[in-house]
Amino acid sequence: MTPETSKPVLEVENLQTEFATPNGALRAVDGVSFSLSPGEIIGLVGESGSGKSVTGFSLLGLVDAPGRIAGGSVKLDGTELVGMSPQDLRKRRGKEIAMIFQDPIATLNPLLTIGQQMEMALAAHEKLSRKAAAEKSAEALARVGIPSARERLTSYPHEFSGGMRQRAAIAIALLHRPAVVVADEPTTALDVSIQAQIIHEMKALARDYGVAMIWISHDLAVVSALASRILVMYAGRLVEEGPSAQVLRDPRHPYTRGLIDSLPSATAPGQMLTQIPGSMPALGALPPGCAFAPRCSFATDACGARPEMVQFGARGWRCLHPLGLEQKERAAS
Amino acid sequence: MLGFIIQRAIQAVAVMAVMSVIVFVGVYAIGNPVDIVIPPDATQAMREEAIRRLGLDLPLWEQYGIFAWNLLHGDFGRSFVYNVPVLELIGGRLPATLELVLISILFAAVTGVALGVYAGVKPDSWLSKAIMGLSILGFSVPSFWVGLILILTFAVSLGWLPAGGRGDTVTVFGIPWSFLTLDGLSHIVLPAINLALFKLAMMIRLARAGTREVMLSDTVKFARAAGIPEGVILRRHVLKLISIPLITVFGLELGSTLAFAVVTETIFSWPGVGKLIIDSIGVLDRPVMVAYLVLIAFLFVMINFTVDLVFALIDPRIRSGRQGA
Repeated sequence: MTPETSKPVLEVENLQTEFATPNGALRAVDGVSFSLSPGEIIGLVGESGSGKSVTGFSLLGLVDAPGRIAGGSVKLDGTELVGMSPQDLRKRRGKEIAMIFQDPIATLNPLLTIGQQMEMALAAHEKLSRKAAAEKSAEALARVGIPSARERLTSYPHEFSGGMRQRAAIAIALLHRPAVVVADEPTTALDVSIQAQIIHEMKALARDYGVAMIWISHDLAVVSALASRILVMYAGRLVEEGPSAQVLRDPRHPYTRGLIDSLPSATAPGQMLTQIPGSMPALGALPPGCAFAPRCSFATDACGARPEMVQFGARGWRCLHPLGLEQKERAAS
Repeated sequence: MLGFIIQRAIQAVAVMAVMSVIVFVGVYAIGNPVDIVIPPDATQAMREEAIRRLGLDLPLWEQYGIFAWNLLHGDFGRSFVYNVPVLELIGGRLPATLELVLISILFAAVTGVALGVYAGVKPDSWLSKAIMGLSILGFSVPSFWVGLILILTFAVSLGWLPAGGRGDTVTVFGIPWSFLTLDGLSHIVLPAINLALFKLAMMIRLARAGTREVMLSDTVKFARAAGIPEGVILRRHVLKLISIPLITVFGLELGSTLAFAVVTETIFSWPGVGKLIIDSIGVLDRPVMVAYLVLIAFLFVMINFTVDLVFALIDPRIRSGRQGA
């Protein structure tokens, strides 16, 4: 069974998340839609402030006040999560949908042992004896590659290395074998060598358990190593989506092109690194049309109107002047 | 851990030694107390006799030497005024202060942390705003005024509670305690509230600030993402993570309140050590002042020591840091 043919485990429709401010509501996530098949890994890419993390938190219903989900739908295995009571949502978090964070130093409680923290996560969803909980925790730690897991249960986070801490956090997130895991830049705070290991292991875990993953990252290189599909986000909106290889080789949106060009590996040694000119507009000061237009060298007057997502096969883009296509059209005419 | 305790014990002894010198020299500098121990119509011969008897004619270092030697033998000297051993004098008053301060500080800590955590978890509810209003009041209204208003309201107008004194006491281990009798307890309520108000306000503010910060931390977000119920997150994550500053302030406040509960003790005629020391300063009763200050220094050293031990119990990073050092 290939991911493409199975029923999606997560369906996100027109998701909108707003933050109330004295100057009115700011829309950090504006009409994001995508679906995720069991076992599939997709990458959600964008600069900081693009709304990719808020999208991740929205999926779990974990947006802190003054933020709130203003509209749209998130269906997990067919069950609508938006508008669900906090108690019911709580019962699903950690069990059916889990999340891993960027910095394991900040996520693990420094005052509790790894074992205590795993036991808490277990107790949230099932009643276990202390012994059974320790058994299960050790098993989960061993699964993410922590040696002598049994003894490690009584260790505190500061006694772990950075990579081991993140492994422990991943073990906690995977304790109940959730169907979907949102991974919010989980390797950004790690050494490059550890990064590669963790990515490799996450890929294996996803495959073995059929865990579907949303890998949030600003790093296209990491995402391309992992994800079968890439979603590119800019100023709260999806601007491009498609199979990783195609998007990377042949991007449609000028913003995606800019991200690819700014990868250090895309630049010859000794040359200046490429940057996208300008910076992401503040959410309160978005241009009325395409949010990327002010930074885009292809922008025309037509970009003052908001472009819709154009779907073409497995690919989609939100741009009036998609790269690769317009040039071909021009050449043809 | 043992090395840590020994190291701190040595530090404590050093602090006490230095403190005793500072206190002794400071009090010596205030003036000659001989005039209070002799009658006003005493002759010059009687005066000189008293000076010699009290050892006031000796040089400072020798006076200190005698004082320190006696101190090491548990002898704090005799009060010039009451002519009883100082230790007996202070010991007779200390339980009253101790029970008043402990009750008020515990009340302030328990209530303050509970209210503060609530205000931190639900910062926008009207109850939280009321709690924060109360804490500003607790900070800004002077303690003596609150004491007077409490007496006026509950003792004079309503007649519910007594205005002063300790009431009935029960003797346990040879020490009289008020809080074990109903009458004694009714005497404690008003001064305890008076003493607690400022600390309550401080605990509320600290607990709220800590809770606000921790509630937005990744630790809490990660726990929520794992589906851990809010109550468990509050109990096991938040309370623990905010405890270090709370315990620090609790220790400091415990020490300073024990030492300087004098305003409340005076208003409620509570027969504690605060009143004793103020009276002693008034008449330059040197042995009482010195002994009291040395005891207070000792108290602070002990409290700080305990606070450090509690830190090490709570925070494994402190524990292992000590082991590594």
